Amino acid sequence: MKGLALFAVVLTGALLLYATGDFPAWGSVHSPANGGELSSHYIENVRTETKVPNIVTAVLADYRSYDTMFETVVVFVAGIAIIALLRDFGNGSRGYPPALANNLPEEPDLIITQTCNLVIPVLQIFALYVLAHGHYSPGGGFQGGVMLGASYILIALANGVEVAMKAMSERKIMLLAATGILIYSGTGLICLLLGENFLDYHVLSRILPTDPIMARSHAILIVETGVAVTVAAIMFSIYANLATRGTLKGGL
Amino acid sequence: MIPIFDIILLVFLVVTALIALRVRDLLAASMVFGIYSFLICLLWAQMTAVDVAFTEAAVGAGVSTVIMVATVYQTARRSKD
Repeated sequence: MKGLALFAVVLTGALLLYATGDFPAWGSVHSPANGGELSSHYIENVRTETKVPNIVTAVLADYRSYDTMFETVVVFVAGIAIIALLRDFGNGSRGYPPALANNLPEEPDLIITQTCNLVIPVLQIFALYVLAHGHYSPGGGFQGGVMLGASYILIALANGVEVAMKAMSERKIMLLAATGILIYSGTGLICLLLGENFLDYHVLSRILPTDPIMARSHAILIVETGVAVTVAAIMFSIYANLATRGTLKGGL
Repeated sequence: MIPIFDIILLVFLVVTALIALRVRDLLAASMVFGIYSFLICLLWAQMTAVDVAFTEAAVGAGVSTVIMVATVYQTARRSKD
């Protein structure tokens, strides 16, 4: 049986390697990814249509905004699923995790807590910078949101989940996660109400004090903020539920 | 025509993948997966896909590793196969 599995793996791998021979050369102008009508439109018109220097951000949050909206919904649903599977509402009836059971009253280590206290503010500021600067440099809602969530995970790692829960309670997590999606889809809905297509940002210039082109640029920041809020809350929620078996007490 | 930096990265990538499969200690395997993500991230950055590299570093090497370590802590640390 093992030999058969090995044979299947080697055969599939060999076929895949053989198929890579037909790939266009890396960075080739004639590759379908670069030569298509759609890609050329993005590359040639992003600067004039949205005034966003980073094409990736413009494509992600403007041209293909539906994708990003439902990616955020996927993250949200994943977080909800983790809570539904793991969250223990029975006041810790499943007991403490095995790794902690024998040495429970644990003092947080001084070096670890002090280091985290130094790192966390910098991390959070950098996360906000990554979010807000996504138009000009790599970054955006997902990366900024993950870093923001990671800063709360760091608090939980250093001091235990309860301490992090003081800053980010369960109620707050759910509220923030839903708010993020509301910001994103709400922006789309406002476009719809103003008489244009869903997530067609240029019409927002009627309520924002800018011209239609800059309205697209600003709307990208608005929806990216929604993405970041959802991702940050859900990332922390997933960690808190996984690390404590859903009791939200103790920690690793 | 592959740059030498790429060859080093790809070799390490295969090595870390094999280690992650072979090692019995699941905590060590999680850490090796973190290294794997970081090598992939360097590969993205080398191909000037900086946005993807950034996401890989934040999600793959950062949060995924933490989540995997948290999960290993709640289950058995040694793999049975």
